[in-house]
Amino acid sequence: MSTPAPAVPAPGADTEGLQVAATEQARHSRLPGWFVILWRNGKCRIGLLMLGAFVLVALLAPLIAPYDPRGDDFPTSLAPTGGHWLGTTAQGEDVFSQLIVGARTSLIVGLAAGLLSTLIGLVIGLTAGYLQGWVDEVLSFLINLGLVVPALPLMVTLAAYAPVRGLWLIIAVISVTGWAYGARIKRSQIITLRTRDYITAARFAGDGTARIIAREIVPNMTSLIVVGFMGAALGAIGGEAGLAFLGLGDPQTVSWGTMLNQASLGGALLTGQWAWLIAPGLALSLLITSFTLINFGIDALSNPHLRED
Amino acid sequence: MAYFARRFLFFIGTLWAAVTLNFLIPRLQPGDPAEAIVSRLAGQSESIDPAQLQAIRIMLGTPDGNLFEQYLQYLGAVVQGDFGVSYTYFPYSVTHMIGQALPWTVILVGVTQIISFIVGTLLGTWAAYRRNSRVDSVITLGSTFLGTLPFFWLALLLIYVFAITLRWFPERGGYGGGSSPGWSWIFISDAFQHSVLPAVALLITGPIGWIIGMRNNMVQSLGEDHARLAVARGLPRRRIALTYGARIAILPNVTGFAIALGSVLGGTVLVETVFNYPGMGRLLLESVSSRDYPLMQAIFLFTTVGVLVANFLADLLYGFLDPRVRKAETA
Repeated sequence: MSTPAPAVPAPGADTEGLQVAATEQARHSRLPGWFVILWRNGKCRIGLLMLGAFVLVALLAPLIAPYDPRGDDFPTSLAPTGGHWLGTTAQGEDVFSQLIVGARTSLIVGLAAGLLSTLIGLVIGLTAGYLQGWVDEVLSFLINLGLVVPALPLMVTLAAYAPVRGLWLIIAVISVTGWAYGARIKRSQIITLRTRDYITAARFAGDGTARIIAREIVPNMTSLIVVGFMGAALGAIGGEAGLAFLGLGDPQTVSWGTMLNQASLGGALLTGQWAWLIAPGLALSLLITSFTLINFGIDALSNPHLRED
Repeated sequence: MAYFARRFLFFIGTLWAAVTLNFLIPRLQPGDPAEAIVSRLAGQSESIDPAQLQAIRIMLGTPDGNLFEQYLQYLGAVVQGDFGVSYTYFPYSVTHMIGQALPWTVILVGVTQIISFIVGTLLGTWAAYRRNSRVDSVITLGSTFLGTLPFFWLALLLIYVFAITLRWFPERGGYGGGSSPGWSWIFISDAFQHSVLPAVALLITGPIGWIIGMRNNMVQSLGEDHARLAVARGLPRRRIALTYGARIAILPNVTGFAIALGSVLGGTVLVETVFNYPGMGRLLLESVSSRDYPLMQAIFLFTTVGVLVANFLADLLYGFLDPRVRKAETA
């Protein structure tokens, strides 16, 4: 299906070999090794370019957006015109400006909640896998609990009690409900790593647990951590859109989810404002597509079973 | 037996944790959700029964009494299924409201889950059987692409095209104003018409997980030694695919399916909200927007317990179907 990477990684030694090769090449181009591997995969490259475009739009949002996204002094419920490419909302706001600024919200939530839940997952997974014994029993129970408790009802319940609905609350709620999957994968990875010779050597050399984890183990889990982050960020972007669509988002922030919520409530369906309805969903879908395409590259890197033969 | 004992312990442990989480969430909140509800209820109706107020305090937190006593009272109430009265639908009890919403959700989400599972497993098997052919890439790329579409957005588009523009189906709700729930033909056909669009919305994205899971598992199991030996023995290709590949590959999907059926109880908040469908998901969102904490807590607990029971049954099933799991756990 995908254009096979020049050298497809096999478990264990080969992956390391490939990383070494990529690092060699990266030394000339001054790019990190994993990036070179990803860039060589055709689908992944398209995904990276798409994501890059979204990041650029988000960074330059105040410059690109023609109007203030909350400025409501335009005629209400306009169809697309020259002045308002995607029309206006039922409150008289410019839909195109909201779309541009919405990219910012999605990426901030994806980045922040992705990092936060990756961090929670990393700390819990590493501690469980490295210490083992009763600590592992307790933490594994927590991880499995986090995996089975249905996420959206939990998010909705947590968000419902909150006195203020800020963007940071949304990020916290998403991270608290979304860390378990990454933690489980990191735990099983560290269990296979901790008995390797170089870890034993470091322990005999008198290194402390914290130092061994930080210096010997984490660097060998980079690709796993990146995969986990991508998955968590994707989940967070979807989660924010869903919560905002349900009207549980931050009312002060413009996001694609709140746009769809407003379009649904503001009668975009009845007034026939297809652009107001289609644009936010399409943007969300393209952002998710870019992550999926990038994941093709990462999957081929980390899981040899998924490669095509 | 060690496998089953461990699974049972995990089930009891998660059940306890879920019930306790449900006890803690309202009590960790700033302010006093229980008293807010009680005072609003008292203002709303003169005829409120002190016993009903007490039930709400047990569920959401009492101003006096230590936490441990509250916890024991709460556990007692949960065991008896006494979750208090709904604030929005007073004087109906929370259990009554759940009973009203449950059949709608079970029928809509249950049926679409079963169809999604069957369709997804078949397509996944087909894609793996014709691996790297055009069929395979159409199925895998098609489902990957569909999977990137936010399904509440798809639901909105369905309403826009088929309900508002073409007027083929009713826009929202579970049944029309002209019929009332009951076993009459008019009601059943009306409810069916109302369920078509939500069902389509769920069926577009529903099979994707099963397709990808089945295909990847089967590609893997066809690469294992016993399958390669079957090829070497010259067995027919179709037989190898079905008895050596699909039979093993379907195991994780079967347990996934058991869990999916358990999560049916919670309904689907997004799709039910878009279609204003009278199921559990919409009831949860409604209780959240009107700050009906007793109803919200009960739905959350009910949904979680449904998933936990299903997860436990799936573990048992997996233990019976795949002896390797039992061995791995004892070793």
